[in-house]
Amino acid sequence: MNPSPAGRGARVREASDAPSPHPPRRRAAASPSGRGDLKRELAPAMFEIVTFSLLNGVVYGLLLFMVSSGLTLIFSLMGVLNFAHASMFMLGAYFSYQIGKWIGFWPALVIAPLLVAVIGAAVERYGLRYVHKQGHVAEILFTFGLAYLIVEIVVMVWGRHPVENRVPAVIDFPAFVLFGTSYPAYKVLMMAISVGMFAFLYLAFRRTRLGLIIRAALTHPEMVGALGHDVPRIFVLVFAIGSALAGLAGVIGGFALLTEPSMAAALGPIVFVVVVVGGLGSITGAFIASMLIGIVQTFAVALDYSLLDLLRVLHVTLGRDSPFYEAAAVKIAQAAPLIPYLLLVVMLIVRPRGLLGRREA
Amino acid sequence: MNPLTRSGPLTQWATQHRPWIAAAIVLIVLPHVPGLDGNFGRSLLSQMGIAAVFALSYNLLLGQTGLLSFGHAVYFGLGGYAGIHLMRAINEGLPIPMPLVPLAGAAAGLAFGILFGAVTTRRAGVVFALISLGVGELVFAAMRILQGFSGGEEGITANRGAGPHLLGLTLGPQLQVYYVVAFWALVAAALMAAFLRTPVGRMCNAVRDNPERAAFIGYDPVRVRFVVFSVAAMFAGLAGGLHALNYEIVAAEAVGAGRSGTVLLMAYIGGVHSFFGAVLGAVTITWLQVSLSDYTTAWQLYLGLFFMAMVLFAPGGLSGLLLMHRPIVRTRAFVGVLKTYAIAAIPAIVAVVGAIMLLEINYRRATQPDAGARMRLFWVDMDTATLWPWLAALALLAAGAFFFYRYRPRVAQAWQRASDEARAASDTPRAGAP
Repeated sequence: MNPSPAGRGARVREASDAPSPHPPRRRAAASPSGRGDLKRELAPAMFEIVTFSLLNGVVYGLLLFMVSSGLTLIFSLMGVLNFAHASMFMLGAYFSYQIGKWIGFWPALVIAPLLVAVIGAAVERYGLRYVHKQGHVAEILFTFGLAYLIVEIVVMVWGRHPVENRVPAVIDFPAFVLFGTSYPAYKVLMMAISVGMFAFLYLAFRRTRLGLIIRAALTHPEMVGALGHDVPRIFVLVFAIGSALAGLAGVIGGFALLTEPSMAAALGPIVFVVVVVGGLGSITGAFIASMLIGIVQTFAVALDYSLLDLLRVLHVTLGRDSPFYEAAAVKIAQAAPLIPYLLLVVMLIVRPRGLLGRREA
Repeated sequence: MNPLTRSGPLTQWATQHRPWIAAAIVLIVLPHVPGLDGNFGRSLLSQMGIAAVFALSYNLLLGQTGLLSFGHAVYFGLGGYAGIHLMRAINEGLPIPMPLVPLAGAAAGLAFGILFGAVTTRRAGVVFALISLGVGELVFAAMRILQGFSGGEEGITANRGAGPHLLGLTLGPQLQVYYVVAFWALVAAALMAAFLRTPVGRMCNAVRDNPERAAFIGYDPVRVRFVVFSVAAMFAGLAGGLHALNYEIVAAEAVGAGRSGTVLLMAYIGGVHSFFGAVLGAVTITWLQVSLSDYTTAWQLYLGLFFMAMVLFAPGGLSGLLLMHRPIVRTRAFVGVLKTYAIAAIPAIVAVVGAIMLLEINYRRATQPDAGARMRLFWVDMDTATLWPWLAALALLAAGAFFFYRYRPRVAQAWQRASDEARAASDTPRAGAP
C-alpha cells in the first residue's frame, strides 16, 4: 500500500475550484478599509466560507458514505473486513475514465459500476469463499493482498501517473451563483446521484422481497438457509451491491479527486475510520460518521489557525525553543488529514462501540 | 559421580541451547562466505538481520497472539527516530557508544507501545486490525506535519562514525555494522524466544486460541494482549534503532503503511506458526526486494502475487511447507516424492515464464510508454509491436499450466505412499509392544 495523506485529493480540487474559501479579491478589498469596515466585510465572507464549506463537506461526506455503506453491509453480512473495498472505488474511477473516453460519460455512469459489481461478485465467489474456511485473519489477508494487487494491475494498465479524468463537459457548468461565486453543476450531480442511489437502495431493502431476504440473512443466515434460500448466493449479491456502490462513488468521485493508483490507499483508511466511528455494521451510523468527517475535514481545510493562536488569545506565550512549539504551531488546515484518525482514537476511548454500534465488536 | 554433572554446567548449557549456538556461529561466519563477503553482501545481510528482528516482533503479535496489525511500523519508525536523534546527540558530544543506540529505539518502541497499546489492545480480531491501521495513519500523518522532528519525506540524518568508539568499533566498515546488527538480532531473538516461555508468553497462545477459556483460568485476555503488544513494540523499536544505525537516515516512510504491509508479508510468507518462520520470511522478502528490483520494475506485483498464492495455497507459509515434510523425510518413498517434485517443477517453470513474459510486456507498455516496442526478456530480443511475443507467452503459460495440472495427481500419489510408509514405521514398534 502506498500511503497518501487522507483527503489530499479532495483538497487539491477544492483549492483550484470555484468555491475557494478565501476569494482573494474580497480580502484585498477588505484590507485597506478601517476596523469597522473590516468587520462588516468579514461577516458575509465568513457566511460564504461556511456555506461553501458545508456544501463541499456534504458532497465529500456523501461520497464517503457511498463507499462505507457497501463496506459496512459486507461486514455485517459476512464479518469480512474488505480491504479491497477502496480498490473497487478506484476501479470505478478508472473504468469510468476509460469508458467515458470511448463512448461518453452517461453510459460510463451505468456501465462502470456494473463492471465493478461483476468483479466484486467474482472476488467473493472464486476467492473469499475458499479462504473463508481458514478464518477471518486469512480473509482479511486475502483482501489485503487483493488491494495490493489491484494497485499493481491498475499501474500495469493505466500507468503510474494520474490519468486526465476531467469533469465531463456535459456537466461542467455553474449550477448556481451564491455570493458572487458559482457552484459547479457536477457537484450538484454528485449529490443528486448519491442521494438518489440511497433512496433507491432504501426502498429496495425495505419494500421488496429480495430486500427482506437480505435483511433476514444479515441476522439469521441459518434460518434463511433452512427456509430454502441460497445464502451463498445472497453473499455474492451483497458483495456485488457493495462493490457497485463503491464503483459508483469512484465514477462521481474520480474527477472530483485525482484518478491515480494511490487513490485507494488514500481513501481506504478514512472509510475504515467511518465504519468504526459509526459503529461496526450500522448503516445509519456510517451515514452520520461520513457526514461528520466530510464536513469537519472540509472546514478544517479552511481554518488557518493554530494552537499558538489560541494560546495568544489566552495570553500564554510559547517560546520558539520550547519542545512543544512545533506541534503548537501546526495550523488546523495542515492537520486536516489527522482529524479522522484523531476522531477514531477519541471514539475508541470514549465510546468503543462507535456512535450507533449495538455491540462492542 | 554421575557423568552428567561431571560434564559441567557449561556443557549442559551448550547442549540445551544448541540451536542458538549454531545460529551464533552462522551469523559470525556468514559475512565471510564467498559471495556475501563484499560490501553489498554485508549490507544485504545487515538488512536481513534488521528485517528479521522486525518480523519476529510482528510474529509475537500475529503468530503467537493472533493480533493482526496493520500499523506495526509505527513502533519501528518511532524507534528509528529515537535512534537517529540519539545519534545526533552523540555527534554533538554525548558520551554514549554508538552500538548502544538500538537500546534507545527499544525504549521508544516500548514507550509508544504502552501508550497506544493501552487504547488499541482492548479488542482483538477485526477491530484491532482496523484500529492499528488508524493509529498507523495517524502517526504517519503526524510525522509528515512535524517536519522539525521527523524531517518529513527527506528524513533526518546522522553520522554513526562520530562518537566514542566502544572496543575500537568505528562503525566505518560495513562488516562492523553487520556484527552490531547480528549481535542485537541474536539477543533480540533469544529474548523473544525466552519471553514466549514465560507464563505470559504461554498465555499468548491461549488468548489467541480461546480468549474465554483464558479468562476463566484467571488471565485477563486484554492484559495479556497489552503486555505482548508492548513487548512486540519494544522489539520493533529495537529494529528501528538498528535501521537508524545501518542507514544513518530515518524518514517519514519508516512509520508508513508500506512498511507495516511489508512486515506483514514477511511474517506471513515465512509462516506464522513457527518462530523461525518470521526469520525465513524476512530473509526471503529482503532478498527478493533487493534482487528482484534489479531485474524488473514490476517486482511489487510479483511480491503481491507470491503473497496471494501463499494465502490461498499455503496458509502455513514457507516454514509450514518445510515442516510438512518432517514426518516423511526419513522414509524410503521420500526419494519418489522429490522425484515427482522435480518433474512437476518443469511445467510449473514453463508456466511461470509465460506469465512473467505477459506481465513484463504489459507493465513496460504502461509504465514506460516511451521505451519503444523492442525489449529483451530472458536473453531473447523481441518486438512487442508484433503478435508473436504475446502468442509465445500465452502458449508457454497454457502448456505449462496444462501439464502441471495433469501431473499433479502423481505428486499426491507419491506423497501418499511416503506418508503411509511413515505411519507404518511409527506404528510398528507399538504393534510389537504388549
